[in-house]
Amino acid sequence: MPALCRDCLATFKDGARCPSCRSPRVLSHPELFDLSIAHMDCDAFYASVEKRDDPDLADKPVIIGGGRRGVVSTACYIARLRGVKSAMPMFQALKLCPDAVVIAPRGSHYAKVSKDIRALMNELTPLIEPLSLDEAFLDMTGTQKLHHAPPAVMLARLIKRMQDELGLSGSIGLSHNKFLAKVASDLDKPRGFSIIGKAETADFLHDKPVGLIWGVGKVTQASLEKAGIRTFTDLLRWERDDLFVRFGAMGERLWHLARGQDKRRISANDPVKSISHETTFSTDTSDSKILDGHLWRLSENVSDRAKARKMAGRVVTVKLKRSNHTALSRRVSLSDKTQSTDRIYRTARALFDLVADQGPFRLIGVGISDLGSDIDADMAGDLLDPDAGRRRAAEQATDQIRARFGKDVIKKGRAIR
Amino acid sequence: MKFSIERAALLGAISQAQSVVERRNTIPILANVLIEAEGANVSMRATDLDIEVVDKVPAQVERAGATTVSAVTLHEIVRKLPDGALVQLSDDGVSGRLTVEAGRSNFSLATLPKEDFPVMANSEYSANFSAPAPVLRRLFDKSKFAISTEETRYYLNGVYMHVSESEGGKVLRCVATDGHRLARIDADLPEGAADMVGVIVPRKTVGELRKLLDDDDMIVAVSVSETKIRFATPDITLTSKVIDGTFPDYTRVIPQGNTKRMEVDAAEFASAVDRVATVSSERSRAVKLSLEEDKLTLSVNAPDAGAAEEELTVAYGDEKLEIGFNAKYLLEIANQVDRENAVFMFNASGDPALMREGNDTSAVYVVMPMRV
Repeated sequence: MPALCRDCLATFKDGARCPSCRSPRVLSHPELFDLSIAHMDCDAFYASVEKRDDPDLADKPVIIGGGRRGVVSTACYIARLRGVKSAMPMFQALKLCPDAVVIAPRGSHYAKVSKDIRALMNELTPLIEPLSLDEAFLDMTGTQKLHHAPPAVMLARLIKRMQDELGLSGSIGLSHNKFLAKVASDLDKPRGFSIIGKAETADFLHDKPVGLIWGVGKVTQASLEKAGIRTFTDLLRWERDDLFVRFGAMGERLWHLARGQDKRRISANDPVKSISHETTFSTDTSDSKILDGHLWRLSENVSDRAKARKMAGRVVTVKLKRSNHTALSRRVSLSDKTQSTDRIYRTARALFDLVADQGPFRLIGVGISDLGSDIDADMAGDLLDPDAGRRRAAEQATDQIRARFGKDVIKKGRAIR
Repeated sequence: MKFSIERAALLGAISQAQSVVERRNTIPILANVLIEAEGANVSMRATDLDIEVVDKVPAQVERAGATTVSAVTLHEIVRKLPDGALVQLSDDGVSGRLTVEAGRSNFSLATLPKEDFPVMANSEYSANFSAPAPVLRRLFDKSKFAISTEETRYYLNGVYMHVSESEGGKVLRCVATDGHRLARIDADLPEGAADMVGVIVPRKTVGELRKLLDDDDMIVAVSVSETKIRFATPDITLTSKVIDGTFPDYTRVIPQGNTKRMEVDAAEFASAVDRVATVSSERSRAVKLSLEEDKLTLSVNAPDAGAAEEELTVAYGDEKLEIGFNAKYLLEIANQVDRENAVFMFNASGDPALMREGNDTSAVYVVMPMRV
């Protein structure tokens, strides 16, 4: 059986230890050197970055998340041993782990670190599809001649370099399609390297719950359960047409996934579909002045990102979450695309004003979608808003000042509410 | 209830009713039409709670009565019956079914009790006047294209009908705008209309109203209150709530100081705009107008699609000007011109332009330029 040493990257045939460095970290699998679709997932990324930057934190439980009311964004493995999980409310996490060091997320810093990882991945293949800052699909098909090494070796090397050069650990899933690669990367975290070969796919899946499928959440699981589908074996009993009739396009996909088939390609430039920002308050509020301040700041964030990507959107959405966690959202289509803070904010504000619910709310969000290039954005004037042109000029001037002296040198009064 | 009616008469009445009925309803009775037979007439009443239409048609009533039945289903049945058929509608008052018979066809339709049908409350109207159908037709037809569909500006989702002062005295005026273009149409003030409050007539009502205005000789009775407007012909009564909002002060939007005058054949202008816009980017549809002495150059430059240019002979005697517009807006206003040349009044490339037909100021259009 082909084998590979994860420490010295030597390849050999069989053996529990590497013949050249005697390391026990040996990967062996019949299809090890034939598979080329991979999913790389950093281990507790935000927490690992914080621990790397501050070695004092190394042996302490670290939780990344916002405020007293926020939720856990990432917990390090020490905190996870104590039961802390992602998306858990912070108060609950602190009950389980009172000595945890809580750190507010540093989004732009993580983005920078993510770029360093991306640079290492770029050396492997141009076909990289990032799912977020800390995970990505890599299509390594046809790279063996280029690297003079099979994908598995290059991936093991990627993880080694992430550890050696960046001080970060990650896990790899290697398989023959995206669905299985993503499933595999999660099997043996942290520092995992899992392989699901073609031959073992059916065996691997048969008793697994359908919740394993990325995109099958609680709601879909519940409706599948109603149809008596809990595991992949249950799924296999269904005819393709019946699944389609009952679950639509999703059913069609399930039929294929049940057979370990996933034809989605790894696409390096998956278009961005929307740009949005949201914020959870430290205490629920129905104060329209406070909410208005948030609307402005969120609009500014959305606008900044749209401008950075040279994109503009035609649809503006406002999202609100009530104290009882029920959500509502309002959206409107504009006559032309926008990327301007002023227009996003004014539209969001008008949408917010249409909401009959008085709150209190725990979350507010603003987003733009139906995106396109910004070359023909914000071209139409407004007869009923003769000052719009002046405000646009002011926004352009503000953007220029910010570009030179930093984002915080100039602010609207509204932004400090 | 039992009556017989000629298919064409029934189709006319049920068509009007089913178009008011909303296709998606959470309240089942709102999908129904209320059929009332009494004396020598049958009336069909439908509502979406904002608009109510009652269409009265002559019929041979054998037994007076009333019931409600799905407007869309009844419309479909009547539509599919052969021309000239005599249709009999009857119910026995106990089975909860309406029987529709025509020739050898027989239908039995589910009904809902007439008592559940919401009838719009009567209103005190503060102004009542009559206007010939062609006058109302012109007021609404020439303004409705500018109605906004943006829900955040609900007060623009209709035509603002009000009494205004014009050079020749008081006029009945309709204004609509979506912030990008504006239409202002005037008509002689009908007797009795002077005290009318200004109301915003919703888009859907404007559409329904149009069906009352086809007959050139028809005189329509109009009643207005602060919350409702009613249009009535001898057969049809259309009552609608008006939009509860304040229409913005449009007078400051209409440019007064535009001096650069361009006169052009509207049809020629429209087809040229349409031609060059073929290559414009689908969304913005920006067209650039470049003006110099008696010459207009229309051009489009869309980096992703291509470029187009066309020259037109126009009457223009001012300094050179370049100004961009959304092609769709230009087409819409040019299409409103039906008798004389279109006269455009410009100021500068960032300022709104005004368009009218010849020197007739009773129909004025304003368009906001685009950056090109």
